[in-house]
Amino acid sequence: MRRFILFAPLAIFLVLGVFLYQGLQLDPTKLPSALIDKPLPAFKISSLYDESRVLTEADLQGKPALLNVWATWCPSCKEEHAQLNRIKEEGYTIYGVNYKDDRGKAKEWLRRYLDPYSENIYDENGTFGLDLGVYGAPETYVLDAKGVIRYKHVGVVDERVWAQLKPILQQLESGSGVQ
Amino acid sequence: MLRWMTTCLLFFAVSASAAIDTYEFQDDKTRERFQQLTEELRCPKCQNQNLADSNSPIAKDLRHEVYRMLDEGQSDNDIADFMVARYGEFVLYKPRKDLSTYLLWYGPFVLLALGLVVIVLMTRSKKKPVNTNAPAPDAEEGLDNQQREKLNSLLDQDRNK
Repeated sequence: MRRFILFAPLAIFLVLGVFLYQGLQLDPTKLPSALIDKPLPAFKISSLYDESRVLTEADLQGKPALLNVWATWCPSCKEEHAQLNRIKEEGYTIYGVNYKDDRGKAKEWLRRYLDPYSENIYDENGTFGLDLGVYGAPETYVLDAKGVIRYKHVGVVDERVWAQLKPILQQLESGSGVQ
Repeated sequence: MLRWMTTCLLFFAVSASAAIDTYEFQDDKTRERFQQLTEELRCPKCQNQNLADSNSPIAKDLRHEVYRMLDEGQSDNDIADFMVARYGEFVLYKPRKDLSTYLLWYGPFVLLALGLVVIVLMTRSKKKPVNTNAPAPDAEEGLDNQQREKLNSLLDQDRNK
């Protein structure tokens, strides 16, 4: 019995080692979203193109879609724009949140780089972004047909990230088809 | 001399310019609450800074939000709830006491108590073998007659030398 007690520190060290080793693989900048599996926060914000048209959370419901937070001042948003265009070409719906941006610049950007968004929410003061828990554009959310947030990706959507998002969307689409 | 002073002043100016907004508070108490809250809330973007320290745009927005909520007369708890609902428990530098954080709050005390228990047990178990297993040096009861005679004769031999 006393012999075994001598090995206790080794055992503790091994257990700690396993946990700390796992800690090395974690990316501390990836935050779990507090809004996963919660409905999109309510909003009433004008559309980017048409100031007089007010969009609400109901406008984003109906089918599974991506919600992409972007801005012209955000270099990474430009990086992912081509990929968003490709996603649109594949037939998926993307909604945009134009986050703390300038209306004129945003329109010009979409004219120049093409517009992958079905709707664009002009979140001038970042109030909707705040409700969404946005802490750095670009951020991309996966919404189901009822407007519930199912997944959140912070950072650029490139081909690799799209390979992760696509199955989630497809699964939601097949799920909503049955219901 | 003047050059020295201006250099010094320059450094002061640089260090003092970090994250300053101009907010007008209702009273000193609200100002203190604002300071405490922004120090205890973490900036989601620059993760090793609190809201008060950070210059990132999101920290600025959140400071403004804290100010607005204080101005509306909401409690510290309301403001913390508001932040947690959006950014998760992560934003609290001072974690809440609930089921998931009991280990965090009370774990160290449990470990301390465990350590004390182990120390007490170890000191006790070290004393015991000395008392029971090793015979006391002056215990003659363990010897039979023959051995006692031999011992005495040996001692006598020694004394007679």
